Amino acid sequence: MSTTETKSDVERAQRTPADLRLHYYGAQNVPLLLSIGILVAMIMLYLILFVLAQRRLPGSFELSTTLNNTMSVGLAAVGQTLVVLTGGIDLSVGGIVDVTNSVAAQTMHDNPGSMLGITLLVLAIGAGAGLINGLLVTYGRLQPIIVTIATLAIWQGVALLVLPQQGGAIPPGFTNLLAGNIGIVPSSLVIFILLILLWQVLRRTRFLVTLYAIGNDERAARANGVPVNLAKIGAYTVGGLFSGAAGLYLAAVATSGDATSGTPLTLTSIAAVVLGGVSLFGGRGSAVGSLVGACILTLLLNVLFFAGINPQLQEFFQGLFLILAVVASTLVRRFLQSER
Amino acid sequence: MASIEGRDISKSFGGVRALRNASFSAEPGEVQALVGENGAGKSTMIKILSGLFRPDAGQTWVQGREVVLGDPQDAMRLGIGTVFQELTLLPYMTVAENLLMGREPRTLGFIDRAATASAAWKLLHEAGISGIEPLELVANLSLGQRQIVEVVKVISRHPKILFMDEPTSALAEREVEWLFGVIRKLREQGTCIVFTSHRWNEIKGIADRIMIFRNGENVGTYEATALSEQDAVEHMTGRKLDMLYPEPVTLPEKTPMLQVSNLSGAGLHEVSFSAYKGEVLGIGGLAGQGQRELLLTLFGVNRARSGTIEIEGKSVRIGNPREAIRRGMALLPEDRKTEGLLLPLPVRQNLTLPILGQLSRSGFIRRDCEASLIRTMIDRLTIRTPSIDQPVGALSGGNQQKVLIGRWLLTQARILLLYDVTRGVDVATKHEIYELIKHLSQEGRTILLYSTDTEEMAHVCHRVLVMREGRIVEEIAGPNIAPEAIVAAAIHVAAQVNVEVPR
Repeated sequence: MSTTETKSDVERAQRTPADLRLHYYGAQNVPLLLSIGILVAMIMLYLILFVLAQRRLPGSFELSTTLNNTMSVGLAAVGQTLVVLTGGIDLSVGGIVDVTNSVAAQTMHDNPGSMLGITLLVLAIGAGAGLINGLLVTYGRLQPIIVTIATLAIWQGVALLVLPQQGGAIPPGFTNLLAGNIGIVPSSLVIFILLILLWQVLRRTRFLVTLYAIGNDERAARANGVPVNLAKIGAYTVGGLFSGAAGLYLAAVATSGDATSGTPLTLTSIAAVVLGGVSLFGGRGSAVGSLVGACILTLLLNVLFFAGINPQLQEFFQGLFLILAVVASTLVRRFLQSER
Repeated sequence: MASIEGRDISKSFGGVRALRNASFSAEPGEVQALVGENGAGKSTMIKILSGLFRPDAGQTWVQGREVVLGDPQDAMRLGIGTVFQELTLLPYMTVAENLLMGREPRTLGFIDRAATASAAWKLLHEAGISGIEPLELVANLSLGQRQIVEVVKVISRHPKILFMDEPTSALAEREVEWLFGVIRKLREQGTCIVFTSHRWNEIKGIADRIMIFRNGENVGTYEATALSEQDAVEHMTGRKLDMLYPEPVTLPEKTPMLQVSNLSGAGLHEVSFSAYKGEVLGIGGLAGQGQRELLLTLFGVNRARSGTIEIEGKSVRIGNPREAIRRGMALLPEDRKTEGLLLPLPVRQNLTLPILGQLSRSGFIRRDCEASLIRTMIDRLTIRTPSIDQPVGALSGGNQQKVLIGRWLLTQARILLLYDVTRGVDVATKHEIYELIKHLSQEGRTILLYSTDTEEMAHVCHRVLVMREGRIVEEIAGPNIAPEAIVAAAIHVAAQVNVEVPR
């Protein structure tokens, strides 16, 4: 280093210029930006169809129902993201949602103590179920897909024991808290924003950096001396906790329990993660993307409804859309890469 | 007192003994080269002393105390830093995140990203590196740049004992100079430095002592000044090797084989040249000037934007590797482990994968036919493997490379594209590969060869094309090519990475 360099020169050079930072941020977050693009397109389509059908703009009721319907998928997708970032996959999401949903509906009473207690219990059940997955994957050295297929079946069975028939009841107060309005703002919107903020905080923890490192290359992560096993177990545990939250939310919105209502969430949470631009190979993506993916999936249902599609063909079109969306974003990414 | 010692260390991998009662020691303030053929056990020893592998038997001593290295963290705590041959960078994370993994600057327990980036900048700057941006993803760096980042990462932890397993194999000459400057500085500070290399002039240039491994055993340590290359090779191989490079032969006649005109595409600008039957044509220049892109475009991995390719006078369109293979081309890629071989699969399948169609009758592979072809190839290339059903991943680097060459010989390829085939290959195997290249060229095959080793290119090629920024800027014809001429033609432009060579 030459001695004529002043201290402020050095300091200035240390800081990457803002436009370059933006360039790198953009280049490294192409999948996220693409999924936001798809979301925007979906919103436009939804608005057009809604206005054509209803002759008015959607209001806060539509916003709140849409978000309420998104939230359980969104919560499950955030949990799924943590596991997928390590290069794993959690198929037990649906089972955990079933159990926590059933427990909440069966045991919650209409007083604040019970609501708080059962909420904590349900989250603990979710985390515990995730912990078991994590221990089996990490120390049992089993494939995540096998472990979680097995625990999926187990939790589905347990859920039926807890709540053999649809029923139970969620106190209206609890439903209002999670799925109602705070003033004029839907609670689900608040939760949605809190989740995004939570992710910004989480991303700045060593735990999350370690998860990304594992997903990039587990062997190299180990050689870098980061606590691989602990972080992996953490990913499944926190993932399970989010599944528990999804089960609780599902019960709150439905105001009652159903031991099978969570099962579709296994696949929709994975679809949301993929739509959100998280790599199934691990190491790339963000839970914000997965939340966006969850919104896209809910909006798709609304769009199909307003487009007057036969409900029996709903799943057919969902599948079609998923393929088109993934193909489109792959093509765009390839185009951007060839432009580099 | 030795900085680090391994006593009577043994290690086997599934029946293959990598180390047998091997001892190792290295002193503070000294640079020790660890040399030996591929598969001699150098990397295994380094991995054991870095806590990545556990030995089957033997003891490890650090600074005069016996220690147990359970994982790389234990080794780091004892002041052992290691630049592994298979780099430990995380591709889809930034340079800054990689450099500061596990010790990011934090405020209130949360990682401060801006501070991480500027800390990374500082580390690079202090090491004399500019031109690598902390916010860039490692995946977007060249192999040489990645190697530099890995070295910076390890030395920034100020290890007392520094292992480097083939740190120079991906580096251009100027970057090697940079690395040696770094090593000299650390030696002055009393660091114990151990490195492996297959390049003798590098070993001579920097090592104080040379430790030689052969077949998993330590066969002696010598003062660097008192050991000649001939003697070293003899100790490494247990036999004499008179000449590394085979006698050059002139091309008897110039029958055009491959004619490339105005080829443009990713990283290539208007590249035109022709290659003749039986010619070994070098594609030289500094690393990252379009040589890789040229080979990948010819092989159909990269799409050409414009230009024509003619093979034996016939214009061909090559849209993907399958077409290239059908036209008689073969590529030995930069990274044989991820771009060429299928490591968990046996030698058998790795060799015959592209010709399974010819080997099968109504969809079933004729195993006897396959086995005899494989045996011929194993004999011809002297591939050292216990059996044809041995997974390729269990073979040493040189033998892996031979399997890959063998695969393309089986396809009867007429044009071989070789990308740095001797990277990380020991001297005896290098010699065999050079002999093989000569032999292939005498059979009338055309060989396009890129190498980071200029000397090798000068000795092996009939003609060398020097590339700079995606263009061919000079042609140097043989038979007696001077390595200096290649370097001079290459160096007219600033290197991709600016390294400041410390004094």
